[in-house]
Amino acid sequence: MFDYSPAPESRDLVNFQASYGHFIGGKFTKPANGYSTINPATEEVLAEISRGTAKDVDSAVKSARSAYEKTWSKLDGATRGKYLYRIARIIQERSRELAVAETLNNGKPIKETRDADIPLVASWFFYYAGWADKLDYAGLGANPMAHGVVSQIVPWNFPLMMLAWKIAPALAAGNTVVLKPAETTPLTALLFAEICQQAELPDGVVNIVTGFGDTGAMMVGHPDVNKIAFTGSTDVGRIIAKQIAGTEKKATLELGGKAANIVFEDAALDQAVEGIVNGIFFNQGHVCCAGSRLLVQESIQHVVIKKLKARMENIRLGDPMDKNTDIGAINSKEQLTKIDRLVKQGVKEGGEAWAPSCVMPKNGFWYAPTIITGVSPANTVAREEIFGPVLSVMTFRTPAEAVAKANNSQYGLSAGVWTEKGSRILKMADQLNAGVVWANTFNQFDPASPFGGFKESGYGREGGRHGLLSYLKGSN
Amino acid sequence: MSSIDPEAVVGSRITNQSLSRWLHSLPGVDKVGLEARSASLATRSIKTTSKAWALDMAIQMMDLTTLEGSDTKERVRSLCLKAITPDPTDLTAPQPAAICVYGDMVKHAKEALGKNKIYVAAVATAFPSGRASLPVKIADTKDAVNAGADEIDMVIDRGAFLSGNYLEVYKQIIAVKAACERKDGSRAHLKVILETGELETYDNIRRASYLAMLAGPDFIKTSTGKVSVNATLPITLLMLQAVKDWFDQTKIQIGVKPAGGIRTAKDAIKYLVVVKETAGEMWLTPKYFRFGASSLLNDVLMQRQKLRTGHYSGPDYVSVD
Amino acid sequence: MRLEVKKTYKLFIGGKFPRSESGRVYKVNNHKGEFLANVAKASRKDVRESVVVARSAQSGWAGATAYNRGQILYRIAEMLEGRREQFVAEIRELTGQSDKQANQEVDRAIDSWVWHAGWTDKIDAVAGNMNPVAGPFFNISTNQPTGVVAAFVPQESPLVGLVNTIAPAIVSGNSIIAISSETLPICAVTLAEVLETSDLPGGVVNILTGNATELGSWLASHLDVNAIDLEGTSNAAELEMLAAENLKRVIRKGSYSRTGATGSLQHILDLMETKTVWHPKGH
Repeated sequence: MFDYSPAPESRDLVNFQASYGHFIGGKFTKPANGYSTINPATEEVLAEISRGTAKDVDSAVKSARSAYEKTWSKLDGATRGKYLYRIARIIQERSRELAVAETLNNGKPIKETRDADIPLVASWFFYYAGWADKLDYAGLGANPMAHGVVSQIVPWNFPLMMLAWKIAPALAAGNTVVLKPAETTPLTALLFAEICQQAELPDGVVNIVTGFGDTGAMMVGHPDVNKIAFTGSTDVGRIIAKQIAGTEKKATLELGGKAANIVFEDAALDQAVEGIVNGIFFNQGHVCCAGSRLLVQESIQHVVIKKLKARMENIRLGDPMDKNTDIGAINSKEQLTKIDRLVKQGVKEGGEAWAPSCVMPKNGFWYAPTIITGVSPANTVAREEIFGPVLSVMTFRTPAEAVAKANNSQYGLSAGVWTEKGSRILKMADQLNAGVVWANTFNQFDPASPFGGFKESGYGREGGRHGLLSYLKGSN
Repeated sequence: MSSIDPEAVVGSRITNQSLSRWLHSLPGVDKVGLEARSASLATRSIKTTSKAWALDMAIQMMDLTTLEGSDTKERVRSLCLKAITPDPTDLTAPQPAAICVYGDMVKHAKEALGKNKIYVAAVATAFPSGRASLPVKIADTKDAVNAGADEIDMVIDRGAFLSGNYLEVYKQIIAVKAACERKDGSRAHLKVILETGELETYDNIRRASYLAMLAGPDFIKTSTGKVSVNATLPITLLMLQAVKDWFDQTKIQIGVKPAGGIRTAKDAIKYLVVVKETAGEMWLTPKYFRFGASSLLNDVLMQRQKLRTGHYSGPDYVSVD
Repeated sequence: MRLEVKKTYKLFIGGKFPRSESGRVYKVNNHKGEFLANVAKASRKDVRESVVVARSAQSGWAGATAYNRGQILYRIAEMLEGRREQFVAEIRELTGQSDKQANQEVDRAIDSWVWHAGWTDKIDAVAGNMNPVAGPFFNISTNQPTGVVAAFVPQESPLVGLVNTIAPAIVSGNSIIAISSETLPICAVTLAEVLETSDLPGGVVNILTGNATELGSWLASHLDVNAIDLEGTSNAAELEMLAAENLKRVIRKGSYSRTGATGSLQHILDLMETKTVWHPKGH
């Protein structure tokens, strides 16, 4: 009856070069050592990207060091702030282009890059621009010092947004950076390099080196780097922590999660269902803080599951460039294989998997939004991070039981609480071992709000005054 | 109308206390969450064929309305003729579902509409305030029904609702429903206006929706269009959730009518998206969804013209009514 | 020789540029004593109107997100930077300062706007906090804008003093009625034009040119004004007495330097109220 016609955003908004080098010392290097980066929705090749060698990493670190000593550390905070304001403004001006680029390279829907990712990228730069000349108020006393040169490694799930979370506070605090985007999603970082040029950012303050995990390891291990900032898997985070043990290098790590989304019987039901959907299906579930475990109070489990399934029938899976798409492509074949394996394991261990029927495009990597009911805390899908659009459903009877189950994890990044009772929200917030507690909402991000985890979800915070601290000396 | 047993739904005899307990046991509504969902649905991009379908359906769902103190026979006649031939430049344009007028204008509307399949809806029960005794409100209703109204749009007693006198609100709806019956056994259809702008909170709007649905109307309607806050997308989404839940519980399907403040085709299409993705396609028909509007028609016609001709239209190419 | 089109200098109220309801003007001369312009001379009725307008605009301004207010303040800096030549020319005409000095004044004014713009979404991060009370309670203190601020701009500053009087008030969501310097009113009116083209909602900033002493008592005694900044007055003690009637928050003359490229967080906080909220914690 009312079928939405295709509503594609225009591909012409962005032009990728055929091949890219690294961005070092304010210039692009000659492309070399190339590998292809693709659009995971179609598997078409978008551009050739350079694999960073030890020489490239060394050159970038030297450039960052030189910029720190000769230029950046000599500028006053107000001037650093003005550069960041310029970058923020240019991001706003080029926002549609950046949204299209991110959608093409990552596979996430244009609706999300346009309405969520890119606005947050701009606001993160605006926010930290305003801190650059106010470091005396950061809480470390007057005239706190920057670390110097920072190596930053960001993941593929929110490529440009994670870049903003890293670069904005680092520069505001007076550091210079070498940043490596994830191997599957390098393009928006390279466009960002162009933006740095347009903003006339002094050469070497920001350096972008592309490549795989080995390039990242070189960036972590380089002797002239003062600090590491990493967002990615707990496994790699562990490796980094070991690599820097005994050195003077500081690190902040933002790692995995297996968040509990807890729905009490007195929740605003329809909004809770919306929160469950948002919590696990936003960004195809490729979110470290995803609400991947639903803990629903036993007395309302049937009505919640019923409403959830009905709501899931309205999720539109398909071409990420279509403005009406809600769920896009899985970022890589590798990730798709992992998701599939874990869901099968979940069923094997006694869970029941359900997904609405979705028409999958011929090419590309796709997984339908799925719920697995009948899960218990001992199951693999209750403990291991799937990093896909898969929700594990468990029940609880009392608040104490909900807390125990929610905290029963090596992770502690985020948690959701749904109830209309204020005192319960605040008590739960006290008891949940998670760095971010969302009550009656989920997946809210703001540059003014500190984000980060407990336990194996990492350490350090990004956003807010706290997010500044890790880029200044005197704080770990 | 309804073949449910209200006592079975509420769980006991209908008293003010039992109604209060029942209404206050309904799940709450989180304002921020509701508005975020509504805003997200409003970003749907409806183009080409789906847009053409939506524009035509929007017209077919309209209760074309004139509710002014200055209404006259000629004014009503002119509006009816517009409903019969909405777009003189394109005779394929569909007709709206109904004309909506004050009770004493019903006879003029019936005469002007003749044999056309366009209903006459009359507002009644001391519209818009509802501040009159029940006998006066019943007489108001009966006048309109006797004059030939096909549908009655009544208002609930908001004072009674806001002071917790739910039984009074309920009894009034039942009484008006009875007054809609005709001697030949047929009945005028009943829409119940909640006046959501005066109820203010979403929790109140959910409760008022359920209270009204318990009395068995054909439609629940947002507003009179006569206060500062009329229909909004989140309010309509909430009411669509209510009718959907009611259907799941009782198998009775009740319609929803947002009224007032819907002026552009773009807005109307947003409402249709909300209907589709909330209550579902079963409600995407004039039988279960209406727009209470007046200037909306011309904007939809201009959009239709653009789809047909390929260029933007202007007010000179649609008629004043 | 081409004949210049000369500018008219009016009041800035509610986002518009009306003349004084009194119809009065006063002569402003340049630094050489030559006639420069007839500038509107605000009356008590203009003051009354400004307060009504400022009150009406204030809740919307305070209700905007801090991010949004920061964006607008940054845009004001962009607009100021774009029109610096005009400000430099006006400052030089009024004061006889050199090109270098006038440019420095404009630099400081722009930079101070940028400094203030960065505070909108950071005030509570620095000056708000959770309070560790001895009981099962969530307890938080936040700062909210006090409301309508009346301010007297320093008399001796052509531009930067004006910026460092207005910005600290509006950054947190207050609205303001600012009485400009009597002898140096020209840049105030041009600044008003900058504000008007910066997406700042009408009524958030109102600028009245005229005599501070004449207007002072009306503002100081006005019961619908929440705070008063006495920097540019010559009878500060008398006005403080009048302000005490409804316990206005008072910024005394000389409290803060107004000539720099940065302001003071304490100045911003002086125009805010701390609110503390309690809520029990328990299942």
